[in-house]
Amino acid sequence: MTRRLPKITVWRVIFAAIMLSGLYATYLRAVYGLGGSTNLSDKFPWGLWIGFDVMCGVALAAGGFTLVATVHIFNLRKYHPVLRPAILTAFLGYILVAVGLMFDLGRPDRIWHPLIMWNPHSVMFEVAWCVILYTNVLFLEFIPIVFEKFGWHKPMAWVHKISVPLMILGVLLSTLHQSSLGTLFLIVPEKLYPLWYTPILPLLFYVSAIAVGLAMTIFESWHSSRAFGRALELPLLASLGRVLAVAMSVYLWIRFLDLFHRDAFALLTRNRTETWLFLLEMALLAVPTVLLYQARIRRSPGALYACAVMVVFGIVTNRLNVGITGIEAGSGTHYVPKWSEIAITLSLVAVGFAVFRVIGQYFPIFEGHATEHAPAELEETEEDQVTVG
Amino acid sequence: MPRAILYDSTLCIGCRACEGACAERWGLPYNDKIANEETISAHKLTTIETHGDKFSRRLCMNCQQPACASVCPVGALQKTALGPVTYDASKCMGCRYCMQACPFQVPSYEWSSRLPRMRKCDMCFERQSQGKVTACADACPVGATKNGERAELIAEARQRIAEKPDQYYHKVYGLTEVGGTSVFYLSAVPFEQIGLRTNVPQEPLPMLTWRVLELLPDVVSTGSVLLGGIWWITNRRAEVARKEGKKK
Repeated sequence: MTRRLPKITVWRVIFAAIMLSGLYATYLRAVYGLGGSTNLSDKFPWGLWIGFDVMCGVALAAGGFTLVATVHIFNLRKYHPVLRPAILTAFLGYILVAVGLMFDLGRPDRIWHPLIMWNPHSVMFEVAWCVILYTNVLFLEFIPIVFEKFGWHKPMAWVHKISVPLMILGVLLSTLHQSSLGTLFLIVPEKLYPLWYTPILPLLFYVSAIAVGLAMTIFESWHSSRAFGRALELPLLASLGRVLAVAMSVYLWIRFLDLFHRDAFALLTRNRTETWLFLLEMALLAVPTVLLYQARIRRSPGALYACAVMVVFGIVTNRLNVGITGIEAGSGTHYVPKWSEIAITLSLVAVGFAVFRVIGQYFPIFEGHATEHAPAELEETEEDQVTVG
Repeated sequence: MPRAILYDSTLCIGCRACEGACAERWGLPYNDKIANEETISAHKLTTIETHGDKFSRRLCMNCQQPACASVCPVGALQKTALGPVTYDASKCMGCRYCMQACPFQVPSYEWSSRLPRMRKCDMCFERQSQGKVTACADACPVGATKNGERAELIAEARQRIAEKPDQYYHKVYGLTEVGGTSVFYLSAVPFEQIGLRTNVPQEPLPMLTWRVLELLPDVVSTGSVLLGGIWWITNRRAEVARKEGKKK
C-alpha cells in the first residue's frame, strides 16, 4: 500500500501538467487563432486535431456500438458486464470528439451549421449528422445508469420502451460514420500514399473500428480493475480476446487482398518514411493477432492487456497514417504538430481518463454481474477469475 | 452559357498586371513584397510563377465538377451555371475539407484571423454576371489571360495550336483534368515544366465519394431489417428458453 500513494501522486502531477499546458494552448487558440496555435498551412489543412482527436477518438469509441450489438441484438448476455464501461467510453469519446472539433474548426461558433445548411453530397455532412445523432443515442443509452443510481424508475421504464429501435439506430449510425471517416479520404487519390489509398477505405475503417472497439473494452476493463481494485472479468475478457483475434484476422486479410489486388506490395521495396510507417502499423496489428490465438496469452491478464494495447496503438497508427503522414508527400509539405496541438490532444485524453474514473467511482458502471443475469450464465470459463492489482 | 479563362503561357510577359487587378478587385493589399511571393495565399488569390524563362499563372481552376463544392458540409461552395465556383463565407464553419480535397491546393485560409474565412478566386463571378470580363483578363496587356465563353475558348486554344504547331505543346490543359476545368492552359513545353499538376485524375473527383455515399439508403434499409431480424430471432430464442426453464 505504501507503494501506491506516491504512484497516484505522480499521475496527478502529470495530469495537472497536461491540463495546465492544455489551458495555455487553449488561450493561444482563442487569442491567436489556428495560425498561432497550430502548424497547419494552406498545403496541410488537417493536422493532429483531425488525425487523432477526431479520427482516433471516433474509432476508439467504437466499443459502444460493438458491445450494444453483441449483448442486445445478438443477445450474447454473458458480455453484459463489459457493456456499460463500453457505453461510457463511447459517450465520453464522442463528447471529446466534439470538444476537439471546437478547437479545430475555424469558426466553432458555427458548428451547428450542418443542421440547417445541407449538402447531401458531402461525406463530412453525413459524418456530422451521424455523430450528432449517435451522441444523442449514446446519451439515451447512458442515462439509465443515472436513473438507476438515483432510483428513478419512471423515466427508466420510458427509455426501456424505446431501447430496441434506439440500439439498432445506434449500430446503423456507427456503421455509417465509422466507415465514412474512411470515405472522407477517397477524394484525395493523388495525395494519400497508395499503401493506404484504396476504394475500400470505408470497409477497412469499419472493420478496424469493430476490432479496436473490442480492444478498448479489454483495455478499460483492465485499467478499471486496477483503479477500483475489483476482480477482472478474465474469462469474459479472454473470450473477447478470441473475438478480437478473429476480427483482426478478417481485417488483416482484407488489407492483404486489397494490397495484392492493387499491386501495392512493390511499394514496400522503396526506402521511404511511408514504407516504415506502414510496416510499424502492420507489426502493431499482426503481432497481437497471432498472439491472441494462443489460449496461454488470452488467459494471462498482462499478456491479454498487452495485446489489446498493441491493437489500439496499431489502429491509432493507421488513422494517423491515413489522416496525416500518408498525406504529407502528396501535399508537398512536411507537418510536425506544434506543442500546443499536442497539449490540447493530451488534455482531451487526460480529461477522458479522469472523467471515466470519476463516473466509474460514483455510478453503477461495473455492477453488471448483479443485474438481469445470474453469474451462472457465464458458462464459458476459460479459467478461474483472477484479481489483478 | 458557361464562361472560362484561357491562359496562354507563350504570350505571358510576367508583368503581374493580373495580380494587381485581382488584389484590387478583392480589396487586398498589393505591393512589391507581395508581388514577389509566387504562391497563392489568403492575401494573394492569383500569382504569376516563373519557371526559368517561362511564366505560368496560378488561380482557382473553377472545375466543372469541383471537389471543394462536393465536400463542403454546409454548401458554402457552389458551382454556378456561369462557370465560377462561388464561396459564401457566412455559411463556412471552417472545417477546411475544401482545402484538403482540392487537387490543385487552391483554397487558402486566413490562419491568423480569429474569425477566419477560406479565400480563393471565384473567376470574378459578380463582374461576369454583369457581362464584364474578369479583372485579370481586363488587366492583361498582351492577351495572355483571356476570358470568354467556355466552348469558344476551347476552340480558340485548339486553333492556336493548329496555327503555330511548332510553338505549342500539343495539348490544352484543363479539358480532361479532374473531368474538366474552367481555366485552360496553353504552353510551349510539357505542362509539368511550368508547374502544372499532371498527376491529377482524369475523372471528376466527386464521383469517388458519391459512389460510396449513394449506398447510404441501401445500408440503412438493409441494416435495419437485418439487425431487427437478428434481434427478433435471438430474443425469441431466449424467451423460449426462459419459458421452458419455468416448466421444469
